[in-house]
Amino acid sequence: MTDIYARLAYPAELAANGALLGLMYALVALGIVLVYKSSAVANLAHGSLVMLGAFVTWAITTHLRFPLGLALVAAVLVMAAVGAGIERLALRRMAGQPLIMILMLTLGLEIMLRGLAPAIWGAGSKPFSIGISQDPFFVGALLINRVYLAGGALALVLMLLLMLLFHTRLGVVLRAVSDDYVASWSVGISVERAIGLTWAIAGGLATLAGAVWASVQGIDWTLSLLLLKALAVAILGGLDSIGGAVVAGLLVGVLESVISGYLDPLVGGGTKEVVAAVVILLTILFKPHGLFGREIIERV
Amino acid sequence: MFYRRAGIRHTSYETDSRVLPIPFERRLLGLLVVLALTAPAWLPDLYFSGYLLPWIIWSAAALSLNVLMGWAGQVHLGFASVMAVGAYASVHLVRAGVPFVLALVGAGLAAALVGSIFGVPAVRVKGLYLAVSTLALQYVVDWVLVHVPAISGGAQATLQVPAPHLLGWELASDSARYYLAFAWCSAVALFTLNMRRTALGRAFVAVREKDYAAEVIGVNTYRYKALAFWISSFLGGVTGAVLAFAYYRVVTPEQFSLDVSIQVAAMVITGGLHSVVGSYFGAGFVLLAPIFLDRFLRAGATLLDVAVPSTTLAQLPLVLYGGLIVGFLLIEPLGLAKVYDNVRNYFLVWPFGYARKSGLGR
Repeated sequence: MTDIYARLAYPAELAANGALLGLMYALVALGIVLVYKSSAVANLAHGSLVMLGAFVTWAITTHLRFPLGLALVAAVLVMAAVGAGIERLALRRMAGQPLIMILMLTLGLEIMLRGLAPAIWGAGSKPFSIGISQDPFFVGALLINRVYLAGGALALVLMLLLMLLFHTRLGVVLRAVSDDYVASWSVGISVERAIGLTWAIAGGLATLAGAVWASVQGIDWTLSLLLLKALAVAILGGLDSIGGAVVAGLLVGVLESVISGYLDPLVGGGTKEVVAAVVILLTILFKPHGLFGREIIERV
Repeated sequence: MFYRRAGIRHTSYETDSRVLPIPFERRLLGLLVVLALTAPAWLPDLYFSGYLLPWIIWSAAALSLNVLMGWAGQVHLGFASVMAVGAYASVHLVRAGVPFVLALVGAGLAAALVGSIFGVPAVRVKGLYLAVSTLALQYVVDWVLVHVPAISGGAQATLQVPAPHLLGWELASDSARYYLAFAWCSAVALFTLNMRRTALGRAFVAVREKDYAAEVIGVNTYRYKALAFWISSFLGGVTGAVLAFAYYRVVTPEQFSLDVSIQVAAMVITGGLHSVVGSYFGAGFVLLAPIFLDRFLRAGATLLDVAVPSTTLAQLPLVLYGGLIVGFLLIEPLGLAKVYDNVRNYFLVWPFGYARKSGLGR
């Protein structure tokens, strides 16, 4: 009996931590989903927005000596302005261009921001803490990382808030915009403002995700590599589904954690990186619109 | 180069189907070829083997990707992985005793095989989904390269590339390898130039513009998308092999990382989609801009006597390079080829400014 428990404890621990980690991936993916939902633009610069958010939060706490809570609020506001600025200055002017151009524009932004933040604040990794102790936390026999727990909880709360947001008057406006630009325009909705607003929200979300991830792995440019994980989560969940991001986040997190837990010793590490890529490929092969995404049927 | 002149309608079939319809461009191209062929004799060594050689090879890479992105309208963000397959395949083939020319073909076939496998999602999905699946291809190939010792020799390993033998000669000197690269680059350029005149090229363009409309007029979209992936991957694989043999001389997985893929895509975009001359411009721009920006910044910092931290200085070329991509897309989405086109159109009708006034130049 105890033998079975002992044998199950390892995968269960991997799965539990993976699930929490997955929720944190979903937190990153949320920004991509939100922007895609409103403007059908895949924001490949979201990874570096997350990184920039972490850097900004760090800069506000260390240089301006704000307490953490206040610093987070300030950073969210700054990054919301950055998000809205990107939309206003770059994306709005690209309306109507082929998709390759828009994708490349966000990639260009990614490259730029990835260089910019380390150029301003230095390339070395900076420790960052959101005030959660590193002490182990046991649920039964499972060792759970407290930071993961906090991150997962924060992700869930934010996702609930976003879902609620989509039921307010503003949310209805955003949904209308995501459904049909022209129709929204003709009933008097300011489409530009709505899209700008989603970019601002995405910027704010990126900051929170950045702060959470920074407390896990420190602050440096590698935070922008979260992009691939977030894309895997977003695509598996369906690019325009917030609930889908939660489910997909849990799935990707558990898969990644369990697979790398068992495969890493066999192949010498690094399977974590490829799980997300394989998830993307399989999703696109078998269910391109993800688990909960809306299928768009094109008519000639 | 390589556009049809505006406002000219009554042309014969022969003139219309010429590769280079404008006499000036034929002469210019002739001059450039002569300059390129004699480059080993007059270009300083640093510029020759450090700048010209990689520029030629990366132009071939950009042209190969342009077949896919500019002609068939498919997005590919993992092109470096295709080139990696070609490079590794050719090195292993030559090491196994296969003649160099056959190894090049083998490299192309191996890359085409891998590229086509990942092209399968491409014929089902498009746009963003395609872009992300090619991104995933990049990660998978990277991972395989690092983690399968039989291919790469292990994570930190570098694979020595033997000297290529061509028709019994050993291509040992820099200039010999340069001619190899130049020959391949010219071949790809000729192939792409001629695509304009073939049913294949027209079918690609039809698929790019609206795939279901192409289907309606009888173009087998499925087939042509797969074919575009096949051709582009084949060319990319051979280019990867040429890159390994003529320039790098050793192959490591990092030479074909995600950043490199993005660089090739950036070459195609900044150069101009669907343009041959644009691929040359784009490759030169993306390859050489960071080098010159870096020099410029260092010179500026010492001139103004500003103490810029070295880490900042190391990151700034990246920032400017990203900024240049963004700037190009915002200001001139059709890329450097369009800038060239504007200048040329201006001089074609010089001293009459009507091309500009009528808005044809835009």
